[in-house]
Amino acid sequence: MDRIPILRMGEYLLVTIQVDMHDRLALSLQDDLTEQITRTGAKGVLIDISALEIVDSFIGRMIANISRMSRILDAHTVVVGMRPAVAITLVELGLSLEGVHTALDVERGMRLLRRRLEETDPVDDRQL
Amino acid sequence: MPSGQSLTVSILEKDSAGLLDEWLDAMKAAGIGNDTRMNDAELKQQGGEFLKVLGAAVSGGNNIAAPGWAPVRQFLESVSRSRALQGFTSEETATFIFSLKKPLFARIRRATSNNPESLAEATWEATELIDKLGMHTVKAFQKSREEVINRQQEEMLELSTPVMKLWEGIIALPMIGTLDSARTQIVMESLLQRIVETGAEIAIIDITGVPTVDTLVAQHLLKTVTAIRLMGADCIISGIRPQIAQTIVHLGIELQGITTKANLADALAIALKRSGLTVTKAQKT
Repeated sequence: MDRIPILRMGEYLLVTIQVDMHDRLALSLQDDLTEQITRTGAKGVLIDISALEIVDSFIGRMIANISRMSRILDAHTVVVGMRPAVAITLVELGLSLEGVHTALDVERGMRLLRRRLEETDPVDDRQL
Repeated sequence: MPSGQSLTVSILEKDSAGLLDEWLDAMKAAGIGNDTRMNDAELKQQGGEFLKVLGAAVSGGNNIAAPGWAPVRQFLESVSRSRALQGFTSEETATFIFSLKKPLFARIRRATSNNPESLAEATWEATELIDKLGMHTVKAFQKSREEVINRQQEEMLELSTPVMKLWEGIIALPMIGTLDSARTQIVMESLLQRIVETGAEIAIIDITGVPTVDTLVAQHLLKTVTAIRLMGADCIISGIRPQIAQTIVHLGIELQGITTKANLADALAIALKRSGLTVTKAQKT
């Protein structure tokens, strides 16, 4: 069974979804990611969905849930690169993903994560 | 005794010049060519050409759908199209064909003065033919008018969604006219597409040109704002007029979490501020 790779970059975790999501894949991503956050103590999670073309209400809810779970585990989540069609679909489905932070691309997503981290806990408290 | 069909043929062959003159007179009496849209020479040239293609086709039978009539049909279609574009009414366009009846019937009567039966027959055939041609003209006219309307509708849709770049990373969409579902869909798609293309982080939707806001319009706006946020950009709504602000509150629409500004200048100012830019007066040296 294929899995979505979770890459570690310093104190961030980078998830790039390159294949079409199906329900089981989303559930395994949820397991893997929460596992990885606790194991690595990551402070930020970046989910790149720029290759994702099709979403349904389940996947939309999964994205929101993953973000909320990460927050409980003390990691900020930014979803980046959502395509217009995907955004329209989610809105039409009534999923506005409240509380999920978004950015246009990975670079800006990184910047946003860094800024949020600095706001919540200053750099000198953390080990770099 | 010649049949009605061949009588028409022979009239067209022998006396086309006289027929054309009288036809033009009949057209003028009906009110065509009295204004600047069409002058006498043009009308005469069109009439002459029509009689020529008609003369060639009429000997091949009365069925205007036949291949022999193709030049006549094409000619009438081109005439209808140009009339439609010049703004003639369908009545004026049809009169072009129907005013041929009077001079043609006068000639048929003269040629069959001693034989009432063949007069009736020839007149019937001629009138049937001209009616068919008239119908075809009106049909073509209608079609070209519909084409014009369709094209204009498409153009209006294109015109109504100009997404423009105000600054590096700031794009604006001035909305004009009533918003319905189809238009909002197009507006939303083109705006989101431009955000992807330009990588703009702030989008301003200016609704100065939107006459009324009802619950449906507000819902469309909210959807657009949410979709923009999902993509990772910020949205500011500007150009909200006092009446619209009142309506929004009276309708109980919640615009929570959306930055709203009274005019585009204020929206641009806040957008620049968020991008970390400041505008200062140039210092005189």
